[in-house]
Amino acid sequence: MTLPEPARRIRVRPLTRANLSIQATLIGLTLLTVYSFTTFDSRNIELEQAVRDMFDNFRLLLLEPRLKNVSVLEMLHQLFVTAGLGLLTTIFGAIIAFFLGLLAAQNLAPRWLTDVIRGGTAFIRAVPTVLWVLFFAVSVGLGSVAAIIGMTFHSAGYLIKAYSESFEEIEPGVLEALRASGANWWQTIFQAVVPASASALLSWTFVRFEINFSTAIAMGATAGAGGIGFDMFMASGFYLDLRELGAFTYAILAFAIALEWGATRLKANLGPQRH
Amino acid sequence: MALLQVEALTKRYGGETLALDNITFDVEPGEFVGIIGPSGAGKSTLLRCVNRLVDISSGDVRFDGVSVPTLRGAALRRQRTRIGMIFQHYNLVNRLSVIENVLHGRLGYKGTIQGILGLYTEEEKRDAARIIESLGLSEQMYKRCDQLSGGQKQRVGIARALVQQPKMLLCDEPIASLDPNAAKIIMDTLSDINRTTGITILVNLHQVDVALRYARRIIGINRGRLVYDGEPERLSNEQIYQIYGSEAGDLILDLRERYAA
Amino acid sequence: MQPDIFQLRQRQSALFFVLLSGLTYGAILLTNYDVVQGLTAIPRAFVWATANFIPDDEAWQRLPRILDKLRETVLMAISSATVASALGLAVALLGATTTRPHPWFSPPARAIASVFRNIDVSAWALILLFSFGQSAITGYFALFFVTFGFIVRVMIETIDEIGTESVEALRATGAGYLAIITQSVIPACLPQLISWVLYMIETNIRSATLVGILTGTGIGFSFDLYYKSLNYSSASLVVLVIVVAVLLIEALSNAIRRAVL
Repeated sequence: MTLPEPARRIRVRPLTRANLSIQATLIGLTLLTVYSFTTFDSRNIELEQAVRDMFDNFRLLLLEPRLKNVSVLEMLHQLFVTAGLGLLTTIFGAIIAFFLGLLAAQNLAPRWLTDVIRGGTAFIRAVPTVLWVLFFAVSVGLGSVAAIIGMTFHSAGYLIKAYSESFEEIEPGVLEALRASGANWWQTIFQAVVPASASALLSWTFVRFEINFSTAIAMGATAGAGGIGFDMFMASGFYLDLRELGAFTYAILAFAIALEWGATRLKANLGPQRH
Repeated sequence: MALLQVEALTKRYGGETLALDNITFDVEPGEFVGIIGPSGAGKSTLLRCVNRLVDISSGDVRFDGVSVPTLRGAALRRQRTRIGMIFQHYNLVNRLSVIENVLHGRLGYKGTIQGILGLYTEEEKRDAARIIESLGLSEQMYKRCDQLSGGQKQRVGIARALVQQPKMLLCDEPIASLDPNAAKIIMDTLSDINRTTGITILVNLHQVDVALRYARRIIGINRGRLVYDGEPERLSNEQIYQIYGSEAGDLILDLRERYAA
Repeated sequence: MQPDIFQLRQRQSALFFVLLSGLTYGAILLTNYDVVQGLTAIPRAFVWATANFIPDDEAWQRLPRILDKLRETVLMAISSATVASALGLAVALLGATTTRPHPWFSPPARAIASVFRNIDVSAWALILLFSFGQSAITGYFALFFVTFGFIVRVMIETIDEIGTESVEALRATGAGYLAIITQSVIPACLPQLISWVLYMIETNIRSATLVGILTGTGIGFSFDLYYKSLNYSSASLVVLVIVVAVLLIEALSNAIRRAVL
């Protein structure tokens, strides 16, 4: 008679912190998802019918777009207004973020200052853009001024974080060498920091332009910023015209894909970048 | 009967570039064959035609009596389980532990469900642990592969190939990314495996001196053509020129003399 | 004469700034932006805020109701991101060069991802209002579509970046397609995927506020309600609650990222 094999089983996946965290996160997300479905408020909706409607609507939207309440020229004009909102807020945000980003980089500014700026920008980013816009609209009324200030706030908050992290990636030796040669702070910035991080800054700025274009559509729809977002809001909520909404959708899609293509080209030209 | 028969093997990429041109040779069981040639000569493609990671344009490759070019699906996978492969960049899943990577060598033997779930028998695990130990990695068994040195990673790669219980190992530049010490350990390990288990070994090398020291048969390839096939002792200077071209040949002969001295 | 590289570079940057200034000026005209008003509005808004945009007792009494709406919004952000990521991973596996079953799968996978993520979440909400009306489902699908498009894109990149080598090794062992995916590609990419899911949850909470204004649901609706009825102290409490929630979730996901990677 042979004895049974020793019962000790060999573990395959070690219980490391990383493995346990991954499993815990996955289980947590799953449970929260299931829980959210049980609490979902879908009382007034025949879900099955609505989903069928959705596909019908998509077909109408994508296959039969046409304009009715505005002309093609008018639509293009509004598209460019939206793009202009995105561009302005990106440029304003970038200018502010450049200076504050320098002061938020731990290799360029004292610790207390970087902490203050980082705390402030974390707050600014935590407020959704639409709330910033509506906040400023109380003082200046709904319109492009409130939209531009509000969007600039959020852009600056985002870019300060991105820029300061790019500045911190500069090799310490480069800064040391310039300081050792007696260069002052501004000289160090413009001779070493800016050239070394220029491509990263440009890349982040372009990414933000893509985001701001999208945000500008949303602000037109929700916060009176005008542009194509407002036309879409009217087509959806006022005229109930899916086919016109389809035409607008194609317009923003084309513009957004062109921007994305530009960003990809830019990244390829500037060499490897982080996401 | 020969374990591996390569007959008039030709590989074209995109219909134009000729990577392998009418290559013919046989390998007997238990041989240790070094394949040498400049980079881009077609060495990697040759190995990948044997286990069909690369499709064959024309000619025949027979392994253990089975013709490889027309194999598909389950039959191809069964054929691959009997051929282990070792890579220049180790090709491990860096985030997984050593034993998980080694057990990947058993996946070819599994049914769909077992494979998807990664269900290994205790016997397979013991086998894997034994091979890991024999390669001197027992302390690293539960370490993540990204914490290992290059030489240790390559030994994990060898262990993964060995748990397949292969009849032959294909080694694609196994020491090209290693320092000289680690390279020696890896080549000694391969040599040991060949001697003690009788597993046939085909190894691509671009260092001629290493090939001459370890292989008992040399195959020289240049621009997709087989230009030498024979014992290392009989490899003449002219033939090295032929394999590597004149300038590189000078350099290699230089080195060879220095090693000989 | 050799062109002076410094002069060339200076001329290039000068041109760049002139072009940018021109575009800026054009955009100011196009959007009817009043620069002076813009500058003076900021201090005015904050002075106003210190007096009026502060939660009062009445607002604090509404806190339980506001927190309930917040819970609704956070749950929607999490579940839409989670389900969309699971589906997004599946489509990314079909579309990535390393793991696609056939080269034909890639272009449609990339095209679908591109359409879904390049239509802004507010535009999705406006479209979906036709089918689901003013309900949470409209917002859910809007967040779902954008997350899905984003995850497909980034996971295709991730899979092709870190999966290629180990996939080749597992194919060489004879492992089946699904076993390769579950045993090598997914374990290798999971930490990245989790990191992206957390990022999309953070983004979705902010987007859900916006979508809530359009669809009359969640915390966005609470804000809109108080804002439109000029109840600014309650509106300010809503903003405060959102800020605290977003910062907490950011801190939590950063902790998870550190543990997972």
